[in-house]
Amino acid sequence: MSDALALTGAQAAAAVRAGELAPAELFEAYRARAAADELGAFTWVADETPPAPAPDAPLGGVPLAVKDLFCTAGIPSQAGSRILEGYRPPYTATVVERLAGAGAPLLAKTNQDEFAMGSSNENSAFGPVLNPWDRTRVPGGSSGGSAAAVAAGLAPWAIGTDTGGSIRQPAALCGIVGLKPTYGAVSRYGMIAFASSLDQAGPLTRDVTDAALLFRHMTGRDACDSTSLGSPEEIALPVREDLRGVRLGVPSELTGEGIEPGVLAAFEATLELARSLGAEVEPCALPHAPHALAAYYLIAPAEASSNLARFDGVRYGLRVDGDADLLGMYTRTRAAGFGAEVKRRIMLGTYALSSGYYDAYYGRAQKVRTKLVEDFRDAFARFDFVVTPTSPTVAFKLGEKTADPLAMYLSDYCTVPMSLAGIPAVSIPNGLSGGLPTGFQIAGPAFSESRILDAAHALERALAFDGSPARA
Amino acid sequence: MIDREQVLHVARLARLELAADEVEHLAAELSSVLGYVETIGQLDLDGVAPTAHVVDVVNALRADEPRPSLPQDVALAAAPDPTAGGFRVPSPNA
Repeated sequence: MSDALALTGAQAAAAVRAGELAPAELFEAYRARAAADELGAFTWVADETPPAPAPDAPLGGVPLAVKDLFCTAGIPSQAGSRILEGYRPPYTATVVERLAGAGAPLLAKTNQDEFAMGSSNENSAFGPVLNPWDRTRVPGGSSGGSAAAVAAGLAPWAIGTDTGGSIRQPAALCGIVGLKPTYGAVSRYGMIAFASSLDQAGPLTRDVTDAALLFRHMTGRDACDSTSLGSPEEIALPVREDLRGVRLGVPSELTGEGIEPGVLAAFEATLELARSLGAEVEPCALPHAPHALAAYYLIAPAEASSNLARFDGVRYGLRVDGDADLLGMYTRTRAAGFGAEVKRRIMLGTYALSSGYYDAYYGRAQKVRTKLVEDFRDAFARFDFVVTPTSPTVAFKLGEKTADPLAMYLSDYCTVPMSLAGIPAVSIPNGLSGGLPTGFQIAGPAFSESRILDAAHALERALAFDGSPARA
Repeated sequence: MIDREQVLHVARLARLELAADEVEHLAAELSSVLGYVETIGQLDLDGVAPTAHVVDVVNALRADEPRPSLPQDVALAAAPDPTAGGFRVPSPNA
C-alpha cells in the first residue's frame, strides 16, 4: 500500500480501474495518514470508508481533501472561523458533489485562513498549518491545509479556493501544482463567500495531469450559480513535451523589485529552460499591475464586508449575549466570532463603501480593474501566456508577518492581477531556493486552461522537480 | 489618517463591538493600509468605466417552476434559537 500512496491521483485512479488497486484500501491508507497528521492540515477527517465507486468512475474512488469553506452536508464546514464552529450545513457545494459523482469521495476537510483571508494560514481559529518542507514555516494561504496535505502526501489531491492567490501562493510555498480557473468556470454554490466577484475553486495537486483531471470534473454550468459558465469544451489532459512556437510574455512590473533574489534566480533559470524547449520569451508590459494590490485590497474587503454581514447570530453559528437587545447581540456575536484579520477587512471594506469615501476608494478601484483587464488583453494580443514568479518569497517563518498586515498582503503581489482580470493561472513547482520551494506562474486568456496546463506539463517534465522531501 | 472616532463610526456601521485596544490597533493598521491603497489616487482614470464583474452575463434566467426546497426543520436546525418555526431574536428595544 505504501507504493499506492506514492501514486499521483490520476495514476491511482487508473490502477483502480485496471483492477490493480482496491479503492477501499487506498481510502483507508489515506484516512490513517490524515488522522495521524502533525501539520494541523485538517479540521475533520472521515471516520468510515465510502461505498465503492462505479467501475467506470473517472476518478476511481481516489479520495479528496476539501477546504473547510466548502459546505458538506452534515459535516463541519467552518471556514476556519469561530463564528461557524461546529456548523454542519444542510447541503453540499456543487463542486464537491460533482467530484464525488466522478469518483472522488470526501477524505477530509482542510484548515484555512478564516474566511480565506490570509496568506499564511495563521488566521485560522483552529490553529496554524505547518509547512512540510520546514515545520517552522508557514504553508502559505489561504488554502494552506490543502497545500500542506497534498505536499506531505496526506491526501492524493485537494481542492481550495483562490480570491487573490489563495490556491497559487500556498501551492508555490509547498512545492505542488495549484490552478486558479477562469472566473465562472466552476460553480461557487456552497462555497462560503469571501469576495464574490473574485472567488474561484480550483485543484491543488502533485502534478499538472492531476490538476487537469480534477478541473475537468469541477468545471460546469450550475443553475445554482448564475455567474457560472462552465468551460467551452472538455478539459484536455496535458501531453505537451516542448514549447515550440509558444510566446511567453514576462512583465517587468512583476519580475523585478520586491521579488526575493533566490526566487528571481529560479524564475530566470526556468525562462532559459523554456527557451531551450522552443518558447519565445520576451518582455511584456502590464502597466497597471503595480496598482493591482491596492485595488484588490479595496474591492475584496468591500465585497467581504457585505458577504460577512450574514454572520449575525440569527440563522446559524455562534450567538453571544442573546439576552441583550438586538443590536447588542449582533455586535457582541461578531466581536467574539471573528478573528483580528477578518475584523480588519470588514472595517476596511465598510470604510471603503461608506458615504463620502465610496467614489475615492471602491469606485476608483473598479476603474483600476478595468485598466488591468485591458493590460492583459493587450498582452495576450502578442503573447500566448504571461509568466511570473508565483510568490515574491519562499515560505516565511511562522509569526514573521503577523504583526504587519501590509507585509502579509504583499505576498499576493504577483497573483492578484490575474484575479482582478478573472483569468486563469497555474503555479507549478519551480525548484528550490535555500531548500524551500518556489513557484512559476503561467497565466492565459479566459478559458485557456487546457492550453495553460499543456504548457505547464512541458515545463514540469523538463524541470523534474522532486517533491519527495516533503513526504518524508 | 483614520482616527479613533472614525474607527468607532465604521465599527457601528459594520455591527462590530471593539475593545479599547482593538480601536487603537485598528486606527494604526487601517491608516497604514489606506496609505498604501491610496496610491491609486495618482492614476488618471477619467472616463474609465468601472468593472464590477468580469463575466459577460446579463440576467441569467431559469424556468419559473416550483420545486422542493429545504424542509423547515432542516433550515432551522443550525439556528441558535429556533422558535415556533422561525428564528427568534432579542427585541430591538430590550
